[in-house]
Amino acid sequence: MTSLDKRPDAAIDRAAARTHLPAYDDDAPPPVPRASLGRMTPDELFVRAGSWFAAFGLAWVTTQRLLPMTGIPWFLISWFVLGIVVTAVATAATGTWIDVKDRVAASIITGCALFVGSALVAVVVYVAVKGYKPVLNLNFVTDDMAGVGPKDPFDQGGIRHAIVGSLIEIGIAVAITLPLGVGTAVFMTEVGGRYARVVRTLVEAMTALPSIVAGLFVYTVYILALGRPPSGLAAALALSVMMLPIIARASDVVLRVVPGGLREASLALGASRWRTVWHVVLPTARPGLATALILGVARGIGETSPVLLTSGAADFTKLNPLEGAMNSLPLFIFGNVRSGNDVAIQRAYGAALVLLMLVLVLFVIARLLARPRRTTARRSRKADS
Amino acid sequence: MTTTLSDLDRPQPDGADITARAISRRNTGADAVFAHATRAIGTSVLVVTGGVGLFLGYQAIPTFKRYGLSFFTEQQWSPDTDTIGIAAVLVGTFQVALVAMVIAFPLALATALYISEYAPARLKPTLVSMVDLMAAVPSVIYGLFVALLIMPYAADLSIWFDRNLGWLPIFEVPGGQADAPIPALSQYFFSAFVAGIAVSMMVLPMACAVMRQVFSQTPPGEKEAALALGASTWGMIRTVVLPFGRGGIIGGTMLALGRALGETIAVALIISPSFEIKWSLTEQGGSTISSLIANRFGTASPSQLSALLAAGLVLFLITLVINTLAATVVNRSRSGAETD
Repeated sequence: MTSLDKRPDAAIDRAAARTHLPAYDDDAPPPVPRASLGRMTPDELFVRAGSWFAAFGLAWVTTQRLLPMTGIPWFLISWFVLGIVVTAVATAATGTWIDVKDRVAASIITGCALFVGSALVAVVVYVAVKGYKPVLNLNFVTDDMAGVGPKDPFDQGGIRHAIVGSLIEIGIAVAITLPLGVGTAVFMTEVGGRYARVVRTLVEAMTALPSIVAGLFVYTVYILALGRPPSGLAAALALSVMMLPIIARASDVVLRVVPGGLREASLALGASRWRTVWHVVLPTARPGLATALILGVARGIGETSPVLLTSGAADFTKLNPLEGAMNSLPLFIFGNVRSGNDVAIQRAYGAALVLLMLVLVLFVIARLLARPRRTTARRSRKADS
Repeated sequence: MTTTLSDLDRPQPDGADITARAISRRNTGADAVFAHATRAIGTSVLVVTGGVGLFLGYQAIPTFKRYGLSFFTEQQWSPDTDTIGIAAVLVGTFQVALVAMVIAFPLALATALYISEYAPARLKPTLVSMVDLMAAVPSVIYGLFVALLIMPYAADLSIWFDRNLGWLPIFEVPGGQADAPIPALSQYFFSAFVAGIAVSMMVLPMACAVMRQVFSQTPPGEKEAALALGASTWGMIRTVVLPFGRGGIIGGTMLALGRALGETIAVALIISPSFEIKWSLTEQGGSTISSLIANRFGTASPSQLSALLAAGLVLFLITLVINTLAATVVNRSRSGAETD
């Protein structure tokens, strides 16, 4: 209680210019502290969720009953638009213009994010639904298309040649790009200098290289100028040209965030520079480097255009990348879709499903490798405190 | 008592001969090998990647000599009649990329904002890897998805555009009969618009990843200051996150644009090739540089191949300029700078 409260009322009336302090109302309910400051109040929750329920009904009535716009797409579009309108109106009834803007922005942003997420899910589900039939037969992954016509049923033939071809090509590409890419990244971050900046600028610029141009480059140099036939090696070279800047740039980013203190500690203990890089910098950055590699591989394994120009397509399993045509998964899909034959297209979907699974598996591996180890996390927490 | 260098130079009382080591920054022994080896690797990468550009330029010279400026103004690409030009495919390339960016930019921005500002903290890592996964889905799969599932809906939308916005040349389709009770859907298939949808799905995660990265670097102190001053979430985003991330937004968009210009397979699967400049985006037919190369390289004679390489060079130079600009914008902006 301050001294102001003890004054008689008359004194307060006279001093009109003073700040008016509200007196405590004895009949008022006791103040209830909010349970959670972060969570929405029931009121707010009702306005937000209720608006979308209202919009759902409105959209159904307008598109399916009033306007000639039947069909799911129009319904979804009008649900989104009406949802925003209803949210705005409902918020304006109780809130201010600022509240309206806040809620409308939140609705639009959440709606767009949901749309993008459902697009990704739709792609995966669509490929799975269309392509599960050929994959159900085991021979789809254990057999190749040698002597099998495009219209033959699914219990004959398979895509072993494409899977093996993809793996061989990507294996060669990784064997070329991993040492070169990581070596370049080490040069750019650990050696440095003006020349390293030139290399970095060029590598960053070359990530723009359209993949078809990489394929065209290898096609003209390796196949036309050197006179070699299209082969798995040529495809691997084309993929390498495309993946090299990607891996070098990603590794560069990873190496740059290795704490300088670790390097300095190693050097202060008397280690030479290359030992510092080999024993301190690279092991620290290992999860990040693994992610960089897997992202590059995921790009490379699905890229069709360089392979289309350089490898040719064979129907049989081929293990020698040096000579003769070699098929790969993206090329198999592209060729079969282009053929226009129903059975072939279904096979293409099956191959697409296998390719998607392959990318997914690679991705899970990347995430597992990139996850910081629990022991190191605990140690660093102890160091922080 | 302190020891100075001159103290060390002097012979010590107990007779030990201590002299200061000469300070040198030159690498010795294994370090020199290391520095030179990595420099050699860097040089080899420089040669390979730089070689692509030089080689393309060298191979394209005969074409530029043969056709001169008409290579850029001629619309037809018919090697049989010796008329070769990239005017139509160049316009087509930009049309597809434009459609892709118009669709992808708002969605990428909203998704990046959702992940960095709205999503519950527990969901964030999952959402981030979902966006990365979306970037890794092979383009041929997006092409299939759009060509066989989305195309009729896109054509439906094109008809609606034609009917209601037909006075805009980009939506008008000659012979489309949009006002007929049952318009011919096939008139609206295989268009630059449909190809643009497929490309947008491909470039969206790329733009989104760059934007999210930059948004997540916003200094938390400034965000909290805005909230403490009474800003709503949107007010905080508008006044702190978006100005801070402007460089990332522009840079991510341009990186995505570079990728959209070079996309091949999805476009080749969807668009039906034709070589004339069309103002209408939703009309059937069109072509881009990369789909032209993919379709024509197999049957090309050496001189035609040189022409295709010249077209590839033009594409490469355009994407190079766009990517360099994007990298400069991202690096110059405050976003990249350390804030603590």
